[in-house]
Amino acid sequence: MKHTLSVLVENKPGVLARVAELFARRGFNIDSLAVGTTQKPDISRMTIVVDVEEHSLEQVRKQLHKLVNIIEIMDLAPEVTVSREMLLVKIKVDSENRSEVIEIVDIFRGNIVDVSRDSIIVEVTGNVQKLGAFEELAKPYGIRELVRTGKVALPRGK
Amino acid sequence: MILDTTGAQALVRSLEEEGVEIIFGIPGGVLLPVFDVLYNSKIRKVLTRHEQGAAHAADGYARVTGRVGVCIATSGPGATNLVTGIANAYMDSVPMVAITGQVATNLIGTDAFQEADTTGITMPIVKHNYLVKDVAELPDVVQEAFYLARTGRPGPVLVDVPVDVSRGELKYHRRDEPVLRGYKPTFKGHKKQIRIAAEAIMEASSPIIYVGGGAITSHAAPEVKKLAQENDIYVTHTLMGKGIFPETHPLSVGMLGMHGTRCANYAMCETDLIIAVGARFDDRITGKLSEFAPKAKVIHIDIDPAEISKNVKAQIPIVGDAGQVLKELNAVLKEAREEAKERDHGDWNTLIEEWKEKYPLTYERGPGLKPQYVVEKIYEITGGEAIVCTEVGQNQMWAAQFYKMDRPRRFVTSGGLGTMGFGFPASIGAQLGCPEDLVFDIAGDGSFLMTMQELSTAVLENAQVKVAVLNNGYLGMVRQWQQLFYNKTYSCTCLDREKESPDLVALAEAFGAKGMRITDPDLVEPAIVEAIESECPVVMDFRVDQEENVYPMVAPGAPLYDMIGDMLYPVDKIHPEKAEEPFL
Repeated sequence: MKHTLSVLVENKPGVLARVAELFARRGFNIDSLAVGTTQKPDISRMTIVVDVEEHSLEQVRKQLHKLVNIIEIMDLAPEVTVSREMLLVKIKVDSENRSEVIEIVDIFRGNIVDVSRDSIIVEVTGNVQKLGAFEELAKPYGIRELVRTGKVALPRGK
Repeated sequence: MILDTTGAQALVRSLEEEGVEIIFGIPGGVLLPVFDVLYNSKIRKVLTRHEQGAAHAADGYARVTGRVGVCIATSGPGATNLVTGIANAYMDSVPMVAITGQVATNLIGTDAFQEADTTGITMPIVKHNYLVKDVAELPDVVQEAFYLARTGRPGPVLVDVPVDVSRGELKYHRRDEPVLRGYKPTFKGHKKQIRIAAEAIMEASSPIIYVGGGAITSHAAPEVKKLAQENDIYVTHTLMGKGIFPETHPLSVGMLGMHGTRCANYAMCETDLIIAVGARFDDRITGKLSEFAPKAKVIHIDIDPAEISKNVKAQIPIVGDAGQVLKELNAVLKEAREEAKERDHGDWNTLIEEWKEKYPLTYERGPGLKPQYVVEKIYEITGGEAIVCTEVGQNQMWAAQFYKMDRPRRFVTSGGLGTMGFGFPASIGAQLGCPEDLVFDIAGDGSFLMTMQELSTAVLENAQVKVAVLNNGYLGMVRQWQQLFYNKTYSCTCLDREKESPDLVALAEAFGAKGMRITDPDLVEPAIVEAIESECPVVMDFRVDQEENVYPMVAPGAPLYDMIGDMLYPVDKIHPEKAEEPFL
């Protein structure tokens, strides 16, 4: 089962390495990991999506907690969480199907951020399912390159 | 701001302020500024002959004194040579600070001479580590390192200091307390959980206390004793927990696990309540996990939440310092006993006593020299009062089985990592930490040769360690497994003691220590006495029976009731409804 962990860490050298090493050593699989600054310059937030059973999740959390630079770990339940991911994709287009692709992009409230003679780059933001759906629709036209940021998330309210 | 101190001075001053009295290590290029300052420091410098020896000596020192052991090594190979010792301390939760030199900050990442990514290499085997890039941070880092090493679940902390940081200047300032936002160990146990645990103990009909090294760390010996005696509960200990509860006490059933007593292992199979204190249900303890303690509810007391329910599910987890939790638990139990109706472990106690009597640890006394006999004699002659270090393998298990410990911090062994070559340098550290005590290293011929160059250190520092080599001319434990599980194919385990192996007596004497060879059982006793009376390090080469095995034994992956040896698990006496089944 997939779980989203939101981890506040001290912004110190090597923190990412420590987290990555821990996951590798204990045999936990990371689906995605996004790390960035918070409102406090000395604290960063990691949003880690792991695919583990309940028992292993407990171990992941406890082992993460043992890392000295980790301040707080939250297990974000989907129903009380706002989560977003961004996707950039370079889609093959020609003069015939360009407008068709643009229509799909509009439906997904995506942006076209680059246009060239035979391709466009599209930016789509949303939850994991939405991005997956867009990717499926884009596939038939030919995907040249694709990148996803990994999920970022915050708990609602409070 | 006036810069009044060099990095090297700040480092040494910080060590002094932490109360460091001894440091084990070897200098090197990037450590020159540090050793230059250390030269005039009151801290005792012990120059080992290999960095691994330095780490193990610091480890041995820490285990017997309860203080933080400190070792120091230069960049690159110096640091990588520490790695085994650091991993060893990590697995056994030993408080240690390792200081390593590093190439200058502007050379880091350029594959400079003697450069290694020390913090990267050690990351999985330390509690925490630091690469100090700003000299101003050095005092805080050292303070944090010691605090982390000794508090909570102790462990090794490494501080990597580039040479330009040692040469740099700062205004020395030390905080009153370290600032560690992400580190807050839980010491006090949850009150409600303690009450639930007390209820479970009151209700249990066949309880057992299973105690490990964590209880030693938290100075819990008096509370363990109280828990056992006041509630009439038998105690089994792990290898790491040896000495936390007196092994000569009537309520002790000895060590459990792969080479534990039959009584302890059978008791784990039958108990209805395990009270685990500072132990981590290691695979050498549980045997086949799915068949471990099938009838038991588990109370698990540990300061490290990650240990709870890691291997064995705990119904009653209590996170906290073992000593503090047990103190509260004992108080709650005292009240509960006053209110409770009569409790009786009578049947259970009878069964345990039967097992104890029927299956003592024993061996066949042969015409030859038996390794167990040597350990027994050392025990007798020292009256159980020596500090005993061990290597790893058969020697370690015989030491654990036949040298009974009645006090904690007297049995020094590599439990988790199983590091051959640990015992001898550790015994030097232990001897320097406890100069008044008699220190033995019970060794094997294989293990001893891995770190025997530290004889030089022992002689130089006048650490009068007595090394008893149980020389069977084999890597004995591996040979035993080959005999039992690999059809006696003794692949690469024979250390031909008659022809190819070095003469240990001559070797000891070459280093300026005393060497003795003993082949006759009748001469064991006088030899040990002579060794004890000699005012120098001694190596006793006991030529023991070559193919003696450690028994009883639970084969790897087998359940605890299935012990190799003569007898099988007896038909269940407590639960007659199961008597039809051959095993459980």
